[in-house]
Amino acid sequence: MKVRVSVQLKPGILDPQGKAVEQGLHGFGFEVDHVRIGRLIEMDVPGKDPLEVKAKALAMCEKLLVNPVMEKASIEVL
Amino acid sequence: MRVAVPVFPGSNCDHDALHACGTVMGWDTIPVWHMETRLPENTELVFVPGGFSYGDYLRCGAIAALAPIMADVRRHADNGGLVLGVCNGFQILCEAQMLPGALLRNESLRFIHADIHLRVEQADLPFTRSMKAGEVFRVPIAHAEGNFTLDPAELVDLEARGGVAFRYCSPKGEIGEPHVPNGAMNGIAGIVNVRGNVLGMMPHPERAVDPRLGPTGGLGVFKSLAETFARA
Repeated sequence: MKVRVSVQLKPGILDPQGKAVEQGLHGFGFEVDHVRIGRLIEMDVPGKDPLEVKAKALAMCEKLLVNPVMEKASIEVL
Repeated sequence: MRVAVPVFPGSNCDHDALHACGTVMGWDTIPVWHMETRLPENTELVFVPGGFSYGDYLRCGAIAALAPIMADVRRHADNGGLVLGVCNGFQILCEAQMLPGALLRNESLRFIHADIHLRVEQADLPFTRSMKAGEVFRVPIAHAEGNFTLDPAELVDLEARGGVAFRYCSPKGEIGEPHVPNGAMNGIAGIVNVRGNVLGMMPHPERAVDPRLGPTGGLGVFKSLAETFARA
């Protein structure tokens, strides 16, 4: 099954990249606030049960994909 | 006195570490490829060097933390062996959860290379015992992700247990935001684990040890290690 893991910096963790992009958008006249930049990881995970597949993805987040000091993730099974 | 220097694809300070420990200090210093599963017999210090291990993919140090050799580095540390991680080496030790916290992108978003000053916060460590608490020394930094971050409650614990080894400071030893190059919490430049045998730091003491190449502000760390080994 296709799994999409979206990794975001936790609230309160400084995101200078997001800040720079926000300033860039302001430069074009867009009114935006709180721009945060994250990472999107897509993968195929074997299995037919979405709950089981999600549990596997969660284990992957804990082992490698997410650093809990600074990041949080949301998992989508497609 | 035997030192092992793990070498990952993308390490680029491994030769600085080999030069400082081998040529300058005269220790038996052995590079160890990341695919190895055992450190050399009788390794006393593991020096995890700086660089861009695995191209900084995913997060700095995240993939190197899983390299085969790291299991033995962890075993070495669990047995009380010394581990020094510099720059990317510090990031690797954090990702391996051998040290608390994480190194985020510098506040300025820029790669910073500069000579900075550090204040010794703990002078009773195997890595600092030839220095005095409050002593200031000058060493280079060269990093884009050195902004030390920790959960606020854990930061309080880290400070309370004296886990901060080095803090960024002015040439006179004053601490505070203007002297922190990268945005690191509490101006933290280097920390130790609870046991005090694993030290990670962003600045490069190994790049400031050879008078033929420039200033030698980093020697204190190596003299301290020499003293530690002499006592053992």
